[in-house]
Amino acid sequence: MRGVLGLALGEVGDISLLFAQTVRETFRRRPEWRVVIDQLHQLGVRSIAIATVTALFTGMVLALQTSYSLAAYGAKLFVGNVVALSLVRELGPVLTALMVGGRVGAGITAEIGTMKVTEQIDAIRAMAVSPVRKLVVPKMLAILIMLPILVILADFVGIMGGMVMAVTALNQPAVFYLQRVTQALSLQDAFSGLGKTVFFALFIVLIACHNGLRAEGGADGVGRATTETVVAASLSVLISDFFLTKFFLAI
Amino acid sequence: MDEAFVRFVDVHKAFGPKQVLTGITFDIRRGETMVVLGGSGSGKSVLIRHVIGLHRPDRGQVVVDGEDIVGYDDERLVPVRKKVAMLFQGGALFDSMNVLENIAFGLREHTDLSDRQIRDIVRDKLALVELEGVEDLMPSELSGGMKKRVALARSIAMDPRCILYDEPTAGLDPVTARTINELIRSLQSRLKVTSIVVTHDIESAFLVGDRLGLLHEGSMAFVGTVEEARRSAVPRLRYFLSGGREGADAAH
Repeated sequence: MRGVLGLALGEVGDISLLFAQTVRETFRRRPEWRVVIDQLHQLGVRSIAIATVTALFTGMVLALQTSYSLAAYGAKLFVGNVVALSLVRELGPVLTALMVGGRVGAGITAEIGTMKVTEQIDAIRAMAVSPVRKLVVPKMLAILIMLPILVILADFVGIMGGMVMAVTALNQPAVFYLQRVTQALSLQDAFSGLGKTVFFALFIVLIACHNGLRAEGGADGVGRATTETVVAASLSVLISDFFLTKFFLAI
Repeated sequence: MDEAFVRFVDVHKAFGPKQVLTGITFDIRRGETMVVLGGSGSGKSVLIRHVIGLHRPDRGQVVVDGEDIVGYDDERLVPVRKKVAMLFQGGALFDSMNVLENIAFGLREHTDLSDRQIRDIVRDKLALVELEGVEDLMPSELSGGMKKRVALARSIAMDPRCILYDEPTAGLDPVTARTINELIRSLQSRLKVTSIVVTHDIESAFLVGDRLGLLHEGSMAFVGTVEEARRSAVPRLRYFLSGGREGADAAH
C-alpha cells in the first residue's frame, strides 16, 4: 500500500515538474505558432465529430430521462432547465474531456512515446534543443485553446439534442424549451463549466506527454504507456471533477 | 591546451541494481578517431552518451574540451551539445519531417540563417555524405543506408568539432557498411573532427580507428593504437578480435 502511494505521489511530482518546465519554456522563447496551429487542427478540429456526437446523444437521453423522472412530480415542463444545467455545469465539460482526452491523450503518448523509443527525443536533446519546448508546449497551448471551444460547442449541440426530443417526444414547442434553457442558465454556470475545462485540459496533456516521454522498450512499451494515459487521464478528469465542482460551488 | 578533447575519469554508472560502467578512465585526443569495441550490452552506447550529458555518471568526471560537464543541466549543456554531435544507432531521424527539415533542425534552432542559406547548407552537407536531391523525401521513403547518411548529414550540419557514432554500421549490409566506414574516414580527414565510434564490428574498427579501446565488464580492458591492438597479447582483446577463437581460456 505504501509502495503504491509512494509511486502515485512520485507520478504527481513528476507531472508537476513537467508542468513547471512547460510553463517556463512557454515564456522563455516565443512559441512556434505554426506548430501550435497544426496542433490546433490535429487535437482540436479533428475532435469536433467525437465531441458533438457524444453531446448530441447525451442531450437527447437527458431530455428523455428527465421528462420520465420529472413526470412523477408533475414537473415535465422543466426539461429544458434540467438539460441545460446538467450539460453546461457538468456533462458537457466532463464527457467532452473524457472523449477528447482519450483520443488526444492516446495520440500524444503514442507519438511522443514512439519518438522516445526510437531515440528521436535524445536526438532533440543532443542538438541542444528542449523536447519540452519542441513537443509539449505546442500541445499544451493547443489543447488549452481547443478544449473550452469544444465544450461550448458540445453544450450547444447537447441542448439542441434535448430540444429535438422535447419537441418530438414530449410535444413541447421549441420556443418554450429554449425559454426554459435561457432562464435556467446564468453566467456563473458557464464560468463553472469552462473553469473545470481548463484543469481537465492540463491534466490530459501533461499526463499524456509525461507517459510518452518516459516510455521504454519498443512497441509494447509505447502500447503500455498509451493505455496508462487513457486510464490516468480519464480517472483524473472524473476525480478532479468532484473537487472542482466543490470549488466552483464555493466561490 | 589540453591534448584530450574528451576525458573520462573514473566514471561509474548504474541503472538500478545493474552496474554498467565501473570506473572508466581514458582520453580521446583532439582530432583522432577512437573506436570503442565491446559486446552487445557492454555499455558502449551508455559510455558515449555521457559526453553530451544524455546520461549523468554516478561518480567520476567527464571532461569535454577542458570542462567537467558532470552536473550540468540542459541549459549549461547547450554549448557542449553544439560542439559535439551524435549519430544515433537507428539514425533517429524525425519521421514527421522531411530530409531538409531534419538536417536544418539545429540550424533553425540556433541560427538566424535565411531559408535560402539553410537550403544551401543542407545541400552541401548532403553532398558530403554523397547524396543529392533527396531534400523533399520523408525518412520512411529512405533505405537503411540512406537514413544513416541523412542522419550523418544532420550530425555535421552545425559543424561540430566532435562526432559520436553509435554503432554506425549496425543493421546495414556489408557493402553499405563499408561505404559508411569510408564516409566516416573521409569526413574525418576533411572536417578534422575528433570522433568516437562505438561498435562491435571489428572490420569497421580497424578501418576507421586511429586508436582502439575495448570495453569489458564496465571498464576498459585495453586502450591503444590500432597497431598495438593487432600485436597485443591482452587475452580479452585477443578473444574479442578473433571472434572467440583465441584467448578463450585466459579470458574466462
